[in-house]
Amino acid sequence: MSWDIALILGIDGIANGAVYLLAGLGLVLIFSVTRVVFVPFGDVAAFAALSLAAFEAGKLPPTVGLVAMLALLAVAAEVWTLLHRGEAARIPRAVLGWGLLPLLPCALAWGLTSIVGAGGQKLPQGLSIVTAILLVLPITPLVARVALQPLADASVLVLLIASLAVHFLLSGLGLLFFGPEGFRTSPLASGALELPGGLNISGQVILMVAAALVLSGLFFLAFERTVAGKALRATAVNRVGARLVGIRPARTALLAYGCASLLAGLIGVLVAPVNTMYYDSGFLIGLKAFVAAIIGGLTSYPLTAVGALAVGVVESFGSFFSGALKDVIVFSLLIPVLMLRSAFASHSEEETEEIDA
Amino acid sequence: MKPGRVLLVAAVVLVALAPLLLGKFGVSLMNDVGIGALVAIGLVMFTGIGGATSFGQAAFVGIAAYATAWLTTAQGLSPWLGLLFALALTGAAALLIGALTLRLGGHFLSLSTIAWGLSIALLFGNVEALGRHTGLSNIPALQLGGFSLLEPRAVYYLIWALVGASALFCHNVLNSRSGRAMRALRGGGILLASVGADAFRVRLTLFVMAALLAGLAGWLYAHANRFVSPSPFDVRASIEYLLMAVAGGLGHLAGALVGAAVVLVLKNGVQDVLPLITTRGGQFEAVVFAVLFILLLQYARAGVMGGVGKLWARRFPAPRGGAQAPATVAQPLPQRTLPQRGEQVLSVRNAVKRFGGLVAVNDVSFDVQAGEIVGLIGPNGAGKSTLFNLVTATAPMTSGRVEFLGQDITGLPQRDVARRGMARTFQHVKLRPQMSLLDNVALGAHARGSAGVLRAGLGLDRAEEARIRQVAWQQLQRIGLAERAHELAGSLPLGTQRILEIARALAADPVLLVLDEPAAGLRRKEKQALAELLRKLRSEGVTVLIVEHDMDFVMKLVDRLVVVNFGSKLVEGRPAEVRADLRVQAAYLGSATGTVAA
Amino acid sequence: MNAFNRRGLISAAAATALGIAALTPAQAQSQELKVGLSVSLSGPNSSLGVPYAKGMQAALAYRPEIGGRKVRLIVLDDGSDPTASGRNARKLVDEEKVDILMGSSGVPATIAISQVGRESRTPMIGLSPISLKPEESDWTVTVAQPPTLMIDAVVERMKRDGIKTVAFIGFTDAWGDLVYGALTKAAEPLGIKVLTNERYARADASVAGQVLKIVAARPDAVMTGGAGTPGALPYLALAERGFKGKVYGQHGLINPDFVRVAGASANGSILPTGPVIVAEQLPDGSPTKKVSLDFRAAFEKTNGTPSTDAFSAYSFDGYLVFADAAARVLAAKGGEPGTPAFRQALRDAIMASKEVVGTHGVYSFKPGSLYGVDQRARVLVQVDNGKWKLAP
Repeated sequence: MSWDIALILGIDGIANGAVYLLAGLGLVLIFSVTRVVFVPFGDVAAFAALSLAAFEAGKLPPTVGLVAMLALLAVAAEVWTLLHRGEAARIPRAVLGWGLLPLLPCALAWGLTSIVGAGGQKLPQGLSIVTAILLVLPITPLVARVALQPLADASVLVLLIASLAVHFLLSGLGLLFFGPEGFRTSPLASGALELPGGLNISGQVILMVAAALVLSGLFFLAFERTVAGKALRATAVNRVGARLVGIRPARTALLAYGCASLLAGLIGVLVAPVNTMYYDSGFLIGLKAFVAAIIGGLTSYPLTAVGALAVGVVESFGSFFSGALKDVIVFSLLIPVLMLRSAFASHSEEETEEIDA
Repeated sequence: MKPGRVLLVAAVVLVALAPLLLGKFGVSLMNDVGIGALVAIGLVMFTGIGGATSFGQAAFVGIAAYATAWLTTAQGLSPWLGLLFALALTGAAALLIGALTLRLGGHFLSLSTIAWGLSIALLFGNVEALGRHTGLSNIPALQLGGFSLLEPRAVYYLIWALVGASALFCHNVLNSRSGRAMRALRGGGILLASVGADAFRVRLTLFVMAALLAGLAGWLYAHANRFVSPSPFDVRASIEYLLMAVAGGLGHLAGALVGAAVVLVLKNGVQDVLPLITTRGGQFEAVVFAVLFILLLQYARAGVMGGVGKLWARRFPAPRGGAQAPATVAQPLPQRTLPQRGEQVLSVRNAVKRFGGLVAVNDVSFDVQAGEIVGLIGPNGAGKSTLFNLVTATAPMTSGRVEFLGQDITGLPQRDVARRGMARTFQHVKLRPQMSLLDNVALGAHARGSAGVLRAGLGLDRAEEARIRQVAWQQLQRIGLAERAHELAGSLPLGTQRILEIARALAADPVLLVLDEPAAGLRRKEKQALAELLRKLRSEGVTVLIVEHDMDFVMKLVDRLVVVNFGSKLVEGRPAEVRADLRVQAAYLGSATGTVAA
Repeated sequence: MNAFNRRGLISAAAATALGIAALTPAQAQSQELKVGLSVSLSGPNSSLGVPYAKGMQAALAYRPEIGGRKVRLIVLDDGSDPTASGRNARKLVDEEKVDILMGSSGVPATIAISQVGRESRTPMIGLSPISLKPEESDWTVTVAQPPTLMIDAVVERMKRDGIKTVAFIGFTDAWGDLVYGALTKAAEPLGIKVLTNERYARADASVAGQVLKIVAARPDAVMTGGAGTPGALPYLALAERGFKGKVYGQHGLINPDFVRVAGASANGSILPTGPVIVAEQLPDGSPTKKVSLDFRAAFEKTNGTPSTDAFSAYSFDGYLVFADAAARVLAAKGGEPGTPAFRQALRDAIMASKEVVGTHGVYSFKPGSLYGVDQRARVLVQVDNGKWKLAP
């Protein structure tokens, strides 16, 4: 292996790592607030990518149907809960919040495609991207409300299993709505950066890495400097304590899910031009992000970032040594890393949760 | 006959008759359920009891399936040899993987299971001798005597006999000494170490058990389907096994069977019903299955058996109190000879504990003689608990020396110290709320027994088990809770739980009993009873070291007091002397002239 | 309650047994001919499985009756899991009592089904290339072309184009193994060296490492061993690296989505395929032209969209072979559908098929031969701005 090959592989690895980093941040965000390992995170990203592809083909993304269906389910679930609790007066607000609000991006998408479609044109790229992200924004909160909220106080294992079931649900719906074929979108940034030595870094890669840096920075600021961010952290550390000071866990969970959804949308839109996205591409993104998040101990954002970049780079070099055994290399190397990480983690004697029985 | 027995017999009869009632496909499906149930039993043991989630069981199924497939096709040997080979290989793999990864904590452990689960599954498709991605086909069927088990109906009985035997084995293990240690895993490594058990070894044992069960399932898979390829053994299959265990109920062995049945029958049922509704049925299957599964979790988060268990408990509630004494055993467990009164039991010399720059324990030395009660007191933050942890080897000393019964125990692991005769209780009670009082106390006698998993599973440990139970019963009698021996420990109020912990410590037949704030949360009468108990123990020759806040309780009970403040020993002596000491008064109440030098 | 009391072993094997008994459907009628199809309608293999199913539906509409008997088609999804396809086959044979099994969309799944067919003495027509040991293939044939037939054509074309060294990059699964095996076998006698055996998984997002290795080896040409849309990845990556040599493919890539995703990078690539995909470009005397056009019309009528891939045509051919054999058995009064005697007779008839004209080729089977096509079943096409052009 010569230097320029190593450099190309390294850059490719960092580009992939940037994606895993963003996904990892989203996973840690949701876990730290709700104790849910949100496996379907990747699926939401895939939906954003596929929606964007639909816009570029001049069609109305099937995501609209998906979101509408989820909104209906969420409204039904919320109404049921309110009736049970005898708070029927809050139903109109619930219908507005859970039913109408998620449908706004759908209406926007529908409006835009019919207007533009009538003229036989396609949406401008910027508008497509924004609408695609807005379309998938409601998905995580909605699906969490329907499937996960009734289990909010269950053990971490049950929440994990539920989240796996939600992943199967979303990828199944993805197959139904989007079909089994893959899509790529047009590049977001054209051109390339010429480095000395004839090395090219494509504009797309630069965009991905820049996005990762900017978003990580924003994350850090939001969590350290804003009240909402601190409220999120408080809920993660001690749910009951947070409630005692007036923070509503359900609301912070909603905020966390919403932010994660936004992040997933951004990832999907960033990744779609470079990777062919299928309805089930989400699983692998989610898995690698999970690896990164675990390296970060599901609590530390900087370590998650390091882990994500490491996974991307090892994957890239691994594929050079053996394409077929690339994943074996990545995951086999993971074990000693975990052993190291576990040795350094602060291990206060943690009692494992009792299972519900 | 007890209602549970009736139901069990009925179930066995139905399982035996099922092949006569079902069509050929139904029997095939039941075979798949049985194979899945074996893996799920392993998961109930490792994840439900042991508390660690495994995403790699399908890899063990694969190792065994490929092992026997290769041996019987490429080498042409008998499938029964294939069984030995498959189990040996799977067990070896589990030992290796477990030794490397089971010390990882929590989430790291779960991810490591994904790591090796994925790697092993990917390796199968890349090995030439294993048929690469096409796999190995035409695996011979099993032969029993001259009888071929090719037909689904024939191999059905073998599969379900093995399922029953495995469930029985695991049931026996869980009700034995090893089983108590396993059920204590969720209570933390320190709890297990305090009764002389090694949490790592217990977890490793569970891991290997689960792997061997998966291996058995893999062997059956290979000879029932007679075709192996890499994809049934990847992470997605592992996830499905986990779904089975959770759907059935991780808290019950029967949950494994129920869960396997629920998942497979559901999938099959969905596949049958959907095409009647829509021609695109195939694409709906995953969605419908996921929705049904989520609903199951929401309404029965402890799984089907969890829900059944609750209904059962309501219909046949467990009686409160009225427990009967177990039959007396011929040969009770041997007891230690306690040292003569006055002999030195514990000697702490220059104990120092530093946490970074903070010195929590600063050069403390004291002795404890046999047959006395020594109290360790001091204001909040004085370092009593840290000193306590140093003495019991719960935490490592930065420097210093501890001698116990004349031997240097500095640096020994906690479980070795416990086995030498030092039993402790905890400030935050470490009981197993889902275990009965009797079982919790019997856990304390762990070090006094020796029956391992194999003896327990085969039912050969009944004699020793009876002896342990008698010891436990006796301790419960001592603290007056014998009547409630079969109730769950979680139903006790906190004060009573503390007393139960003392009974557990006593079950270990200790030389030195080390108590961490035992009177906290007790009512006046309970404190009196506790003091009575401790005095009685002293008269029987047991030595007691007690950390306490309650001055009243302590002053009237102990022979000597050691007072610490800011990590250093302030004063040592008889209660009256200590009470009169000005420095002690200043430490607790503050002095008119400010702080006093230690 | 002590959770581990024996009474806890309330085995829902009891409930399950009852449940399964309830789900087992009643005996089906034995007048109709029953065709059982198991393909991947969901999961990673669904991009192949869904066209297979659609092609079979078109075939059913094209010829809904054989020898005066109605034909019933039962389609089951295996979720891209070979264990499930084995289970499906057992279900089709035990519960539905099908007269013939067909499938599947992946090599291990097809092998699993053929094993069930053999054990239950039900004939099976495979829709994808497989390799079985001779003693295992007495109840199975396949309408696919043997990989060697197709790859030989590509390698011959390579020789014609003056290629001396070729690099391979394909799937890390049975298909990749098959293509690589056929490639090395064909290339050696013609003096072409195969330089690399790079592999990637269907779900991989990047093949940067593999392609770098290929480019570093400086081959004259590259042969790709993927299928469907993921097969486009090497094309895109090679174009990105600025590879100037020719890229050859194989019939697994005959898929409109492959062309769409690969875009400009696939232009000029040469692939072998069954003639159905360029039916309208075939000379008028071509044996398969008429049936191919019939297939297209039937497909569009049944599914609402025109057929754009080669996989659905395999289903059509499978059905035609079955129909031809079944007609002969019924004419000779060889038994009633749904009986073992009929299945035996059907198997014998299939094995004696002569010159059955399909869309991919003309089928003639012999006992002991899995494949039944010859040179008439392949042509070479070139990708030209998103369209297939015949490249004789």
